[in-house]
Amino acid sequence: MSDDAILVEGLEKSYGSVRALCGVDFSAPTGSVLGLLGPNGAGKTTAVRILATLLEPDGGTARVAGLDVVRDAAKLRSQIGLAGQYAAVDENLTGFENLEMVGRLYHMPKAEARARANELLDHFELAEASKRPAKTYSGGMRRRLDLAAALVYRPPVLFLDEPTTGLDPRSRLGMWETIEGRASAGTTVLLTTQYLDEADRLADRIVVVDQGTVIAAGTSDELKDRVGGERLEVHLEDDGDAERAVAALAEISEERPSVEDHTVRAAVRRRSGIIAEAVRRLDDVDVCVEDIALRRPTLDDVFIALTGHAAEDTTGDDEAQPREEVYA
Amino acid sequence: MSALAMTVSDTLVLARRNLMRIPRQPDLLVAYTVQPVMFVLLFVYVFGGAIQTPGFDYVDFLMPGIIAQSIAFGGFVTALGLSEDVQKGLIDRFRSLPMSRGAVLSGRTFSDILLNCLSLVVLFTVGFIAGFNFQDATVGEIALGIVLLLLLGYAFSWVFALIGLYSSTPETANSLGFTLIFPLTFASSMFVPAESMPDGLQQFAEANPFTTITDALRSLWLDTPAHTDVWMAFVWCGVIIAIFAPLAIRRYRQVSAR
Repeated sequence: MSDDAILVEGLEKSYGSVRALCGVDFSAPTGSVLGLLGPNGAGKTTAVRILATLLEPDGGTARVAGLDVVRDAAKLRSQIGLAGQYAAVDENLTGFENLEMVGRLYHMPKAEARARANELLDHFELAEASKRPAKTYSGGMRRRLDLAAALVYRPPVLFLDEPTTGLDPRSRLGMWETIEGRASAGTTVLLTTQYLDEADRLADRIVVVDQGTVIAAGTSDELKDRVGGERLEVHLEDDGDAERAVAALAEISEERPSVEDHTVRAAVRRRSGIIAEAVRRLDDVDVCVEDIALRRPTLDDVFIALTGHAAEDTTGDDEAQPREEVYA
Repeated sequence: MSALAMTVSDTLVLARRNLMRIPRQPDLLVAYTVQPVMFVLLFVYVFGGAIQTPGFDYVDFLMPGIIAQSIAFGGFVTALGLSEDVQKGLIDRFRSLPMSRGAVLSGRTFSDILLNCLSLVVLFTVGFIAGFNFQDATVGEIALGIVLLLLLGYAFSWVFALIGLYSSTPETANSLGFTLIFPLTFASSMFVPAESMPDGLQQFAEANPFTTITDALRSLWLDTPAHTDVWMAFVWCGVIIAIFAPLAIRRYRQVSAR
C-alpha cells in the first residue's frame, strides 16, 4: 500500500455518448487536502461518485485508503464520508434523528450513535436546532448537518462535492473553517469546487479538470507560477509621472511595465525587498506614489491561461441545470 | 455482524425512519386514518341504499372490498418516499454507507406492513360501528383473511416502489399510482357484484385479481362459497410480488447508479 489515501489512474466514464471522464489521473497523500477544480460539467462530480462507490468506472482504477473502489467497495464504505451540494438529509427527521440514523446504519450501538449525534450537533452549532425537523433549517444549517452525517463514523477519507455551492458568504466561511479543522485532525479530504478562492485556501494540491481531463496539477503556488511571476502594481498620484515611473521601474521589471489609469504594472521575478527598492527608485525620480502592492496571480488568471476561459463563466447557473448535466 | 443480521438491522432502522414521518405530515396521517373512514361512510350511507347485494346487508358485502382497497393503497407512501429520496440525494447517502444494499426497499415495504396494520384497526373499527359482522367465521378464518390482506398490501408495496422509482417527483408518483390502480379496484367485485356490470366489463371484473381477493375475503368472513378463490388469492399476491419486486429492485439499481 502506498502513502496515497486516494490514487486514481486512467479513470474513464461515459454517459451514453457523453464522455464525462477521459482518462483522469490524480492522487492525494494521506492527511492532505486535494482540490478538484473545474467548471460545471468538467467531470468533478462523476469522479467523486466513482470514488465514493456510487458509480462504477468504465475504465481505469481508483484506490481509496488502499482499497479498490470496485472490488473492495463494501469494505471501503466504512472508510469514507460523503457530503455535497445536495445536502442529503431527511427533511422529516430532526437533526438528531438524522445523525442517529446514519450512526445506526454504520452499525454503531444505539447509545454510541446517540452520543456521537449529540457530539456532532454541538460541534456544528446545531444543538439548539437538534429537535427541529431538518426542513426548518437554513441552507447553511442543512449543509452543516449533511457534513456532520458524513463524519459520524470518523472516516479517514472525506469527499466533499462542492460543499459551499449556493451558500451565503458567512456560511461559506464557517464551512471552510470546519473543513480546515477536519484536515488538521488528519482526515484526507477530496473537495470539488468551482471557486478558485476556495481551492486556494483549502487545498494542499489542486487538480484542474476541464471536459473530463486533467489540464494541470500542483500546489496553488506552482499553478500560479505557470502564468508567470508576481506583479508589482503602483498607483500614482499624478498621471503625468507615468513615464518617469515606467523608466524607473524598467530596470527591475522582466518586461516593459504597462500603464493603465494611474497604475503602473511591472512583472517581477523576486519577491523580497522588491517593494522597498521600487519605492526608492520612484522616490529618486520624484514620483508620488498613492499605493504600491505586490500582487500574485490568482487562480482565475491560471484558469484563463490554461483553458482560455474563466472558471466560473459557464453555461448557466447550476440550480437551473438538469441533474444529469450536473453529474456530467 | 453477519449479512443477515445487518440486513435486518438496516431494514428496521429505515422502517423506523419511514414511520417517523407519518405523524409529522398531517396529510399522510389523514390518508391512513380519516380517508378509510370517509370511504366506508360514503359507500355505506350514500351508495348502500342503491346497490343491490342479494343475501347480504351492503355493509357486510362492502367491508371486505373496501378493506382490500385501502390496504392495496397502503403502499402509496412508498412511492412518495422513494421518489423523494431519489430526488433529494438521500439514496446516494445510503449507498455510500456500509449498509445492506437491499435495505432501502425492504425498509420501505416493511414499514408499509406496519402502517397497514394501523389501517386495519381503523377500518375494522369504523366497519363494526357501521354495522359490519363476521358471519359463521372461525377465528382461523378471520386471521387467514387478515394475513391475506397484509400479503396483498406487501405485494402492492412493490408495485408502488416501482411507480415511485419511475416518477421524477413525489407528485407524479402520487397521481401515477392513483390513475393506474384506482380504476382497477372499481372494475372488480369490491363495491358492487360483478354480475351487475355490462358484458365485457363483467368478464374483466371476474378475471381481476381484486375480485379474487375480495371474494376470498367474503368466503372467509361471510361464509360465501369459496370455490378456488382463497388459494388463488394467495397465488395472485405471490405473482404480483414475483413480477414487481424484481422490477423494482432492477429499477432501484438503475436509478441509484447514475
